[in-house]
Amino acid sequence: MTEPVISIRNLRVAYGDNEVLKGIDLAIAPGSFIALLGASGCGKTTLLRTLAGFNEAAGGSILVDGKDILALAPERRGMAMVFQSYALWSHMNVAQNIGYGLKLRGISKPEIAERVTKLLAMLGLQGYEQRPVAELSGGQRQRVALGRALAVEPKILLLDEPLSNLDARIRLQMRHEIRSIQKKLGLTAILVTHDREEAMVMADQVVILDQGRIAQIGTPEEVFQRPSSPFVASFMGAENIVDCVAKRSEKGIAISVPKSQASTLECSTDAAADGACVAEDAMGEAPRPVQVHFRSESAFLSLTETAVSNALQLPGRVAQVSYLGSGYRCEIDTDCGSFFVDHPTRVSPDDVVTICIPAGALHVFRMDPARTVAARH
Amino acid sequence: MNAPTISLASRMPKWVGALVRGLLIVLLAVAIFGPLLNMLIWTVAEAWYFPNKLPLRWGFQFWGRVFRPEAGAMTALWTSVLIAMMTVVFSLLVSIPAGYALSRRTLPLRSVFLLVFLLPQAFPAIAVHMNIARIFYGIGLNGTIWGVMLVHAIQGLVFSVWIASASFAAVNQEQVEAARNLGASPWRAFMNVSLPLAAPGLMASAIFVFLISLDEFSGTFFVGVPDVRTLPLTMLNAALEGNYQIASITALLLLVPSIAFMLFVEKFLKADVLAKVGT
Repeated sequence: MTEPVISIRNLRVAYGDNEVLKGIDLAIAPGSFIALLGASGCGKTTLLRTLAGFNEAAGGSILVDGKDILALAPERRGMAMVFQSYALWSHMNVAQNIGYGLKLRGISKPEIAERVTKLLAMLGLQGYEQRPVAELSGGQRQRVALGRALAVEPKILLLDEPLSNLDARIRLQMRHEIRSIQKKLGLTAILVTHDREEAMVMADQVVILDQGRIAQIGTPEEVFQRPSSPFVASFMGAENIVDCVAKRSEKGIAISVPKSQASTLECSTDAAADGACVAEDAMGEAPRPVQVHFRSESAFLSLTETAVSNALQLPGRVAQVSYLGSGYRCEIDTDCGSFFVDHPTRVSPDDVVTICIPAGALHVFRMDPARTVAARH
Repeated sequence: MNAPTISLASRMPKWVGALVRGLLIVLLAVAIFGPLLNMLIWTVAEAWYFPNKLPLRWGFQFWGRVFRPEAGAMTALWTSVLIAMMTVVFSLLVSIPAGYALSRRTLPLRSVFLLVFLLPQAFPAIAVHMNIARIFYGIGLNGTIWGVMLVHAIQGLVFSVWIASASFAAVNQEQVEAARNLGASPWRAFMNVSLPLAAPGLMASAIFVFLISLDEFSGTFFVGVPDVRTLPLTMLNAALEGNYQIASITALLLLVPSIAFMLFVEKFLKADVLAKVGT
């Protein structure tokens, strides 16, 4: 692997007594697109602001090209940031906003004008130089904010939820535009987002943060298909959780559901062979309680009695149905709780069905004691 | 079954609302413009005795008396304007740094600072001005334009510091951070971003200070008289002598710099910017 452009080592940040980042270690390769993904309050924006120099670190270090930058003022860090609020200067027009960083660098007026024109062309805002920013639409402001950051030709681009204030359609379009600009210019980009789809579409590497710690780092495929913890599994959409008991078996793993009449599933633990994704500590010689996560869209409903092979089957009854467009999302009550499962055709409430979860869609983790306590209350 | 609810307002005929609104507007206009109209009539009344509703003789006779060089009205006008402009400059010089510092939440004893600026207003003005005059007399500021300017500034600063602090606080911190992020030093970011964005509020405070200074009476009376004579002092003299014509004409004269200054400031401000003051 190439030398990382940014290495963050044991970074800690606190607001007063409240520790927001509790030791972050992260190496970022040059030219890569990293997404910091997490729920609000997980510390993702704090991490970005600490990189930019707006928050002080309580410990640890941030090395850029091998040099510690924590002591440097924000203006000396050479990172350009796009703010969630865009933070455009309303007293300047579009050209002045974009050219500001160049003006600070003492570049001559004609050259600034030329570079601003070029940037506007790249962003699809030709002829907008003299417009006041107050007259622009949300998407156009977004582009100006991006242009202002790109104008100084930064090596590192920081994006703080840049798309969260846009309409859904423009948001989808901007995802691809930002990604292609980043590739074209060869920038290292760090994106903060709470939208897992956005993170997966845009980034090479997704960093999932949970309460000030990194929960998992991986490619979009890795964090989606092989989440390393129940938190990551739930955050990446595997929000249906079945309490099961599992033990090692000949084929790989044997999963049974004690609260339901479901038959025990024996399947492989090799993802390549359609096996379940099993955490290392979830399986032993003796049966132990586990929590099994699965996505609504990767399970299906069986309306007949016929058995489906290599799938965990939970008999139940339809409680509620809602239309998603691509199919119907059904809430199914079973003896071990209620789950959401997608089905391509309409089913009626009170229909007796069987939830079938293919082995490859199962994420098996050791039972988190805190979860059973929470469930009991 | 529920009948659709009909509100009281929609049941009344439309003209009732219009009538009430019209009456209220007329009342407001009388309250604001009534005294002004009376003053305007006085400026062109040569003879007007009780109980007549209108002057007996109209004319511009008193205008000549006010504008005679020996009357001193024009000199007093210039003195007033000069002092007002100096007060504006001085109060901006103080309130920009003070307001900026007060707008930062990190400043210790923030409320104490605001209280210090507010304190002179809490005491009766005459008591404060008498004692200021004593102190100024001791250091040779009595009877100077600088002394009068300082007295005016003490009253103007409460408002200008307050407004300035609100204007700086209203600047989105991310806008300043964006400038720093692109390579601006703290000073550069202040000059290029914070100050222009707070400017509408600062201009509004300048108008306020200018008007306070033009109108100021008791401070000028204790500190300035007899060497520094402003227009309000001339006006009071005339009013005390029962010469309503001279007092009214002087008051009208005092309106000229106020309006001129507002027009001057308004040139720099578009209405949409002014409307954002303090938001």
